[in-house]
Amino acid sequence: MILSSNTKILIVVRHKMEKIPMLRNLILTSVSLASLSVPMAALANSSGVKEIIDVPFSFEGPLGTYDKASLQRGLMVYRQVCSACHSMKRVAYRNLEAIGYTEDQTKAIAAEYTVMDGPNDEGEMFERPARPSDRFKSPFANDKAAMAANGGALPPDLSLITKARHGGADYVYSILTGYATAPHGVEVAEGKYYNKAMDGNVIAMAPPLTDGAVAYEDGTPQVVSQYAKDLATFLTWAAEPELEQRKKMGVKVLLFLSVFGGIMYAVKRQIWKKIH
Amino acid sequence: MSAGPRTPFENPVVEWIDSRLPVFTLMNKEYGVFPTPKNFNYFWNFGAIAMFMLVTMIVTGISLAMHYAASTGIAFDSVERIMRDVNYGWLIRYIHMNGASFFFIAVFIHIFRGMYYGSYKAPRELLWIFGMIIFLLMMATAFMGYVLPWGQMSFWGATVITNLFSAVPVVGESIVELLWGGFSVDNPTLNRFFALHYLLPFVIVGVVFLHIWALHVTGSNNPSGIEPKSKEDTLPFHPYYTMKDSFGLVVFVAIYMLFVFFMPNALGHPDNYTPANPMVTPAHIVPEWYFLPFYAILRAINFDVGIPFTDIVLIEAKLGGVLAMFGSIVMVLLMPWLDKHPVRSARYRPVFRVALLIFVACVFVLGKIGGMPADSPLVNFSESFTLTTTHIAQVLTLYYFAFFLVILPVLSKREKALPMPESIHDSVLKYKNPDCCEA
Repeated sequence: MILSSNTKILIVVRHKMEKIPMLRNLILTSVSLASLSVPMAALANSSGVKEIIDVPFSFEGPLGTYDKASLQRGLMVYRQVCSACHSMKRVAYRNLEAIGYTEDQTKAIAAEYTVMDGPNDEGEMFERPARPSDRFKSPFANDKAAMAANGGALPPDLSLITKARHGGADYVYSILTGYATAPHGVEVAEGKYYNKAMDGNVIAMAPPLTDGAVAYEDGTPQVVSQYAKDLATFLTWAAEPELEQRKKMGVKVLLFLSVFGGIMYAVKRQIWKKIH
Repeated sequence: MSAGPRTPFENPVVEWIDSRLPVFTLMNKEYGVFPTPKNFNYFWNFGAIAMFMLVTMIVTGISLAMHYAASTGIAFDSVERIMRDVNYGWLIRYIHMNGASFFFIAVFIHIFRGMYYGSYKAPRELLWIFGMIIFLLMMATAFMGYVLPWGQMSFWGATVITNLFSAVPVVGESIVELLWGGFSVDNPTLNRFFALHYLLPFVIVGVVFLHIWALHVTGSNNPSGIEPKSKEDTLPFHPYYTMKDSFGLVVFVAIYMLFVFFMPNALGHPDNYTPANPMVTPAHIVPEWYFLPFYAILRAINFDVGIPFTDIVLIEAKLGGVLAMFGSIVMVLLMPWLDKHPVRSARYRPVFRVALLIFVACVFVLGKIGGMPADSPLVNFSESFTLTTTHIAQVLTLYYFAFFLVILPVLSKREKALPMPESIHDSVLKYKNPDCCEA
C-alpha cells in the first residue's frame, strides 16, 4: 500500500518538474528511495529491537569541544569500573595530558600500574611501574584469558568503541542505562541480561553501574545516567582524540574555501562577461 | 608532440627549452588555445575534478604507505598509529578515506554526463572505452584499499568478493587461490592487495593519459551534442575553462572537506573499527557505498537458469549473479554500439531522456537495496507472498539490462528527435532567448 501511494506522488512530481530535468531527476530518486525506507522503518518500530537514546553531548556539532571535567570523571569511572574487564590498549598514559592532567599527574597515574618489561641484559622478564609512554594496562594477559574469566564472552577493547558501533557515544550511553527487567514472555538465559539498547536485547555484561558506585569529588550527581554520560564522553575522546583540533581546522578550511570560492566565482563572471 | 612549426617564445629560458623539447608549445596547444565548445554546463567540470581526486589519492596514499604495515598481525595497529601518533596522520587518512568516496562521486557524475549528452557516440567510442577501463581499475583499487586497514568489514568483504570468482567454471577455484595466495583470506592476501593497491593507481594514470589524449584528438562533446562548426562555436581553453573548472573544483572540494572535518566516518562502516576476526562473522556484510548498486544486482540473481521443465541447470545462481554484476558494467562499455541514434544529446531525445533518468533512479534504488540485508521483507501481501527487497532488485535489474539491450536499440530506430539548432552558437542564443531563431 505504501509503495503504491508513493508511486502516485512520483507521477505528480514528474509532471510538475518537467521544465527542470536535473532537479526533477533528484526528486524522482529521493521519492523512490523514500518509498523503500518508509515500510522498513515501520517494520523496525513494530518489533522494537534497539532503543538508542539521543544524548546532547558537548562535543557534537561543528564547534563542539570536550568537557574536560566530564572527561576526567569518565576516566575515573573507567578506571574504577570498566577496567576490571575491558582493555583500552590504544591509549597511552601520556595521552591523559590532553584531558587536563599535568605531566607529573600522568606520571603518578601510570605509576599506579605494574607492567611486564624485558628481557633485560640477563635475559629475564621483569616487572616495573608503568611509564607515561606505556599504553593502558589490559586487565587480562590475552583474549583467551579474558574469555575464560567472562563466561566465554570477550569484553571488547574500548579504545575505539564509539567508532565501532552505530550510534557512537549515544550507543554507549544507551547500553549503560538500558538494563531493565525483561518484558513479560521474554526469556533471558542464565548469566545473560536484558538490555533495551542491545541488538536482540540480550547482553552478556552484568549491569556495571549503580548509583553511588563511583565517588565523584566535584559534587556532580553520582547516578548511573551521569556516570554513563561521562564515560561515553571519555570513550569518545579515547576513540577520537583529534576531534577538537579537527573541527577547529575544519571551520578555518571551510571559511577559506567559501571566501576563495566567492572570489573564484567573481573572477569567472568577469572573464566570461564578454561571452554571455 | 612532433617538431612541427613552432612560434618562438619571448622568454629566453622557455625558448631554450622549447626549441629542444617543445613542452611549452604542447601545453599551449592542448591547454592554452585548445578550442573548446563554448556552451559547457557545470557537468563538464567533473573530468577535471576526477583528475584532481586521482592526484589527491596518490599523494595522500604514498604518505600513508610510509607508515602502514601490511601484515595481518599489525595492519590494524599501524592504521591506528597513523590516526593517533603520526603528525596529522588523522588528516591524511581521512582525506584518503573520504577521497575514495568523492573520487567515485566525481566519476559517477562524469559517466552520467557522458550518457546524458551522448559523449560515447562516434567518434568518441575509444575515449569512452578508456573511461570505462579507468572505472574498472578504480573499482579494483578501491576494493583492495578497503581491505588494508584489516578491520572486520575489510576481512569479510574481501572474503565475499574474492569468493565470487569461484563461480567461474573450471578455473574458478584456481583463480580464488591465486587471489588469496593460499586457502583463505590471510597474510599473503593482504600483502598482495597492498602491492596491487599501490600499483594500480599508476596504471590508472597511464589510462587517464590515453583518455585525455583521445579527448584532445576528437575534441570535447557539449550539451547540444553538435560538433563545433566555426570559430563562433568555441573558446580557447584558457582562461575560460581553466577558470570555470577551478571554480567548480573549489565548490566540490568544499563539500569534500565538510565530510573530512565534520563527519569523516559517515561514509564508512563502524565494523571496520573492529580488528579483523576470522572466527566472528558480522551480522551483515556490506561493501562500500559505491559498490552497492552492483552488489544488489549480484544478489538479485538468486535463481538457477536452466532449460524449463527439466532439471538441467545451465547457469547456477552464483555464476548468474557474477555474470550480471560484471555484465552491468560491460553494458555501459558497449553503449556506443547499443545506441546508434544519430542525435547525441538527450536534450533533443525526449524518450531517451526519460528512459535514462528512470535508469539513474533504478541505480539509486539498487544502491539502497544493496545496503540492506538480503531478502528484507517490505510488504506482507498474504500468507504465501511477502514482497522483499530481492523482488524489487530483480525488477530493477531487469530494467537495468532492458535499458541497454532493448530500449537503446529500439530507440535508435524509432525515436524522433526534436528540432535541433543549427550550431552550438545558435543553441546558446536559443537557450538565452527561446523566441529567437525558431525556423
